[in-house]
Amino acid sequence: MIDSVFGLDLLSALVVLPALSALLVLVLPQQKRLIRWVALVLGLGLAALAILAFRQYQLSEAGTGYALEQSTPWFELLGASWHVGIDGISAVLVLLTGILTPLAILVSWEIEDRVNMHMALLLFFQTGLMGVFVTLDLLTFFLFWELSLVPMYFLINQWGGPGRQYASVKFMIYSLGGSLGFLLATQLVGWAVSAQLGAPSFDMVTLTETWPMLANTVGATFLGIPIETVKAFAFIGFFVAFAIKVPVWPFHTWLPDAHSEAPTAGSMLLAGAMLKLGAYGFLRLVIPLFPDVWVAEIQILGLPATNAATLFAVLAMLGVVLGAFAAFAQNDIKRLVAYSSVNHMGFVVLGLAVAAQAWGEQFIAGGTDRLQDAILATNGAVLQMFNHGLSAAGMFLLAGAIYHKTHTRDLRQYGGFWVKAPIYGGIFLFTSMASLGLPGLNGFVGEFLIVRGSWPVFTLLTALAMIGLLFTGAYILKGIRSVLHGPFNMRWRDTRLEIETREVLAIAPLLLLMLVTGVWPNWILPVINQSVTQLLGGLAG
Amino acid sequence: MQINLGDPNILPWLIPAGPLLAFFLIMLISNRARMLPATDHAYGGHHPDYEGMEVLVVRGWSRVLSVVIGMAGVLLALVISLHVVSLGWGYGHYFGEEAFASSTAWLDTGLTTFDMGVLVDPLTVIMLFMVPIAVLGIFIYSIGYMAHDPRQSRFFALISLFAGAMLTLVVADNLLLLFVGWEVMGLCSYLLIGFWFEKESASAAAVKAFTTTRVADVIMLLGIVYLYLETGTLSFREILYNPAVLQELATTPAIILGGSAAALISVFLIAGTIGKSAQFPLHAWLPDAMEGPTPVSAMIHAAAMVSAGIYAIIRLFPLFVAGADPHHGLFNGPLLLMALVGAGTALFAATIALAQNDVKRVLAYSTISQLGFMMAALGIGAWVAAAFHLITHAFFKALLFMASGSVIHGMEHGEHHVHDHASHDDHDASDDHHGHDDDQHESFDPQDMMNMGGLQQRMPVTFITFLIGGFSLAGFPLLTAGFWSKDEILADAWLGVTHGYLPHALVFILLALAAFLTAFYTMRQLGLTFRGEPRTEAARHAGLGRGVVSVTMTLPLLGLAIFAIVAGFIGVPEDFPLFGALFSPEAVGGNRFHHFVIEALPHNSATEFFAAVPDMQVSAPPFNLAPVATSFIVALGGLYLGHRMYWRRPLRAGEADPLVKVLGAEVHETLRRKYYLDELYERVFVRPSFWFAHRAVDEFLDRGLIDGVLHLVGRVFTWIGDLLKVLNAWLIDGVGDGIPEGIVALGLRLRHLQTGRVQQYLLYIAIAAILIGIVFAASAGAMVTAG
Repeated sequence: MIDSVFGLDLLSALVVLPALSALLVLVLPQQKRLIRWVALVLGLGLAALAILAFRQYQLSEAGTGYALEQSTPWFELLGASWHVGIDGISAVLVLLTGILTPLAILVSWEIEDRVNMHMALLLFFQTGLMGVFVTLDLLTFFLFWELSLVPMYFLINQWGGPGRQYASVKFMIYSLGGSLGFLLATQLVGWAVSAQLGAPSFDMVTLTETWPMLANTVGATFLGIPIETVKAFAFIGFFVAFAIKVPVWPFHTWLPDAHSEAPTAGSMLLAGAMLKLGAYGFLRLVIPLFPDVWVAEIQILGLPATNAATLFAVLAMLGVVLGAFAAFAQNDIKRLVAYSSVNHMGFVVLGLAVAAQAWGEQFIAGGTDRLQDAILATNGAVLQMFNHGLSAAGMFLLAGAIYHKTHTRDLRQYGGFWVKAPIYGGIFLFTSMASLGLPGLNGFVGEFLIVRGSWPVFTLLTALAMIGLLFTGAYILKGIRSVLHGPFNMRWRDTRLEIETREVLAIAPLLLLMLVTGVWPNWILPVINQSVTQLLGGLAG
Repeated sequence: MQINLGDPNILPWLIPAGPLLAFFLIMLISNRARMLPATDHAYGGHHPDYEGMEVLVVRGWSRVLSVVIGMAGVLLALVISLHVVSLGWGYGHYFGEEAFASSTAWLDTGLTTFDMGVLVDPLTVIMLFMVPIAVLGIFIYSIGYMAHDPRQSRFFALISLFAGAMLTLVVADNLLLLFVGWEVMGLCSYLLIGFWFEKESASAAAVKAFTTTRVADVIMLLGIVYLYLETGTLSFREILYNPAVLQELATTPAIILGGSAAALISVFLIAGTIGKSAQFPLHAWLPDAMEGPTPVSAMIHAAAMVSAGIYAIIRLFPLFVAGADPHHGLFNGPLLLMALVGAGTALFAATIALAQNDVKRVLAYSTISQLGFMMAALGIGAWVAAAFHLITHAFFKALLFMASGSVIHGMEHGEHHVHDHASHDDHDASDDHHGHDDDQHESFDPQDMMNMGGLQQRMPVTFITFLIGGFSLAGFPLLTAGFWSKDEILADAWLGVTHGYLPHALVFILLALAAFLTAFYTMRQLGLTFRGEPRTEAARHAGLGRGVVSVTMTLPLLGLAIFAIVAGFIGVPEDFPLFGALFSPEAVGGNRFHHFVIEALPHNSATEFFAAVPDMQVSAPPFNLAPVATSFIVALGGLYLGHRMYWRRPLRAGEADPLVKVLGAEVHETLRRKYYLDELYERVFVRPSFWFAHRAVDEFLDRGLIDGVLHLVGRVFTWIGDLLKVLNAWLIDGVGDGIPEGIVALGLRLRHLQTGRVQQYLLYIAIAAILIGIVFAASAGAMVTAG
């Protein structure tokens, strides 16, 4: 097995090489064909590395802890180090990111303007994503988190649709707004932990062990502030940053704008991989670090006492239901697909809320009553992240394919395309069904697990979320009906509507994965399951 | 690991494989089309005219190859199924407990796994007998029926997937796999109802079918999830053959809404069936489903889809009766729900069928009504009778739909004939031939029975087979399959009546009435379609023509007609006078169907059951004259009445339906308009959903409130930014020149890029946030280094 690539360990290579590839693409001679092919080959190479990392993790039988770990001191004054490693959750997301990038490059073939810059940004984006997924140091986590914003901002701002200025600025400012709190929270956590340990540390493995226990060990205050308040502030900081990224309802309105204006490849990566950063942040940081905060009682205006996890679940439910309704209301195909992300990520959030509630209860009171529910819900959430990455990327590819040919995103301008574009129609249907969560395809497995996990914990909310699941059907069918069904709109009589071979090649791996995951989810689930079970303390008992 | 495919425990995995493989092969390889002008004859008549456009039409070789692949797939499934059926049938008394089964780990769930597997028990066996045979008939029929369709390859791919999904559902050993087959069938029916997607009505009907059943499916999903939560498994055997689990479920209080967990789970699952099997109030999709090609209707109404709902309930029946005992008058919520919904739907749909003029629509409502019979039977615990009716109904309903398809085909044929003659006479220029053709099609409805009449002489084979199917549906005594199965339901209900149980009485009365109406509207349909003089020119020239089309469309009718008669003889009660001795003699062990199927569910001889879980193995009700007499009276009475009104004196062209006079115009109109339920749903559900999505969520909440707040925040920051700018200029004038000026300059430069108000605010947010960010980061960094 390969342990090092160009002298770097595998995970570090996954982070560094995309940036180097981007540089290489930038300095290539200005020949579009050459640039495209080089970018594609580089993307494929990086994908191979990502697959290799996933495979290595599978074979490592890590079971507990992280695999492919590598640690080097980096910024010792702050206690930050270059510490990389993956568990099952990050392995899945590394795999997803690795697969999506070359496909996005392949789709970007249609870009004619500043090709090298476009390709370089796509590759550079991967550095940001991979960095977040493989790092085990909070400070580098933040660094890569911010880094991933930059290429996406430029992709939207430079190659986007007519409303790109508004969309890209909204995206950037909103994300940055979240990052402020994130930075503050990072400082708080690092600082408080260093006070406890006597030496500064941002190491996430250490933090996970030390931080939750702080209330019990460090007196009652920190810098004169009660430790509970410090924790609550840090919690809010992380929460808002990640909630914006997921996006959790009501922090979602940047998403439809960004998506609808982004170029196809940008939308694919944004929906496919970038939204997962938020959910990953919850899973890696907020849930392990704040078990006590999640379940601390909150009293709002005389309503029955509740806690943060429950409120989180309420937001999840609202995301599922209102996201579906909002998608149903759209007449812009890309906005429709964008809202479908709000809807689908709502399920991810629901699963995370279950994990938060269960882990919190377990932390405070012990016992394993909710353990199985939490494991199933979290398994489902991670699987749903992977699945959504496949189907959302696929849907955006298809929306982009039709936009590129008709130059309109207005669903009312389409109609009856199946007559002229049977292959496109078939693929569109298949992907739509995966997105809808048709049993037999990937989306269903994740949703099933999440619903199973959340039903005993948030019964009523889960039942309400079913309304969202119903309207998932409604907006998916609306999409199909507007694009494929009905009388053919004669305006496109002489337009070539059939999907291009290049686009078929780009979506084929996604389709295959959708089918395989639906029929045989255990090709990937054990990887998730093991880490999730460990994360939630299931291996201890 | 050695896998022996000949092992009957492994073999069931292969049953759905043929059709599923056929689907992929056709879709990926054999489905090839070429571009032809839309006006070309090959594109067919049921599409709008696309002037000057090229459309895709399947190639000749592709058509043939796809049909061959599709047929091969279903034949493979049939052969394996029948092999398994014969193994199961001959297995002996303990087949119910031992059954063929195998499973494998499918999903890791913490420290446990979820297993996926197949199971063949007596209930599966009867389905494996019915489904592939009916499906084979439908496939053969489709060769002819779709012979001129420009997308026949796709059609064969889709019905292959349909068949594969149904077979998957049938061999599933757990509820999750059943649900997979269930939903894939939903997709297939969506695609096939909307197969002629150019038609708005087809597309709308497809959406309606999918959405309506999805209402039920999401509720069912909760039921599945809840069951999984309570038992830790979804395997039928582990739940149903485990009295402790059932006992536990029946006594655990439900997580919400009160009642027991078992009851709530059951209600959720029954909701799924109400959608899938088109019971009131979720029945509205089924009549519209006939927008699809007729073989699809046969598929949905008989072999698959709607049967799946009833099958699922029979499969899980011990769960539904947990805590109750209908045979001793002890009912619970789920049973009452089924009894009420079933019996109510049976009568309700039958009344609507009275006033329909569309030949397929009458059949559609009869399907809803007959499924109501099964549902009601399940509600009073007569699950064997329900299973029996499920099988016989599948045969005669498939037959009826395909026969009606032949009628429609014949009418279209006649219409073409008439039209060709007309255009000949006119010496029309061949150029506008097609536009003219389409106009004709829009105005003429080949499915309207008012346009028919006199087809008896023109389509004799269709007539005979339609007659057999219709009589079976009407329950014509002694000879037809429908009689025996319907009679068993009534006999079961009567047994309860003799004990004085109210639900039984209600079911008995409503079903008897529904059976009467069934016989009547069947006779009305037969009379209107086949009797008397043709009421239009098209009907005068109706016929199937000759060649492959007519052969493939006739053959399945004949085959299914045989089943529509003989399928009933396997379940004749042994103590039925004369017939019992003839068909269920002691030598073969009496009522074979009953004794075989009853083994499918756990019973006393096998397991010690708790008092809360009643004995599943009820003996068939003893012979009683009352229900049999009722069966005779309602069937013959209905047929007689229909005969009087529509057969003896057939309707003439231009005459009104005599029923209007009998019922009164108002009642008739209400029935014809289906009690205005479609309009009601439109007003209560559809339009409010649109309003909520567009106005409440999209416009008010997202664009108005949330974005409004964002823009407000942007405005505030803009103001703060302006203030800081002024402060900077005034206070630190000259000192910190570079940075603020640079930022202001950037802002000014970017300002020119802005076109609208909103964007401007956002830009200001940008500037403000960057400023604050820098201050923040700098101070935080300073603090860290200091600390």
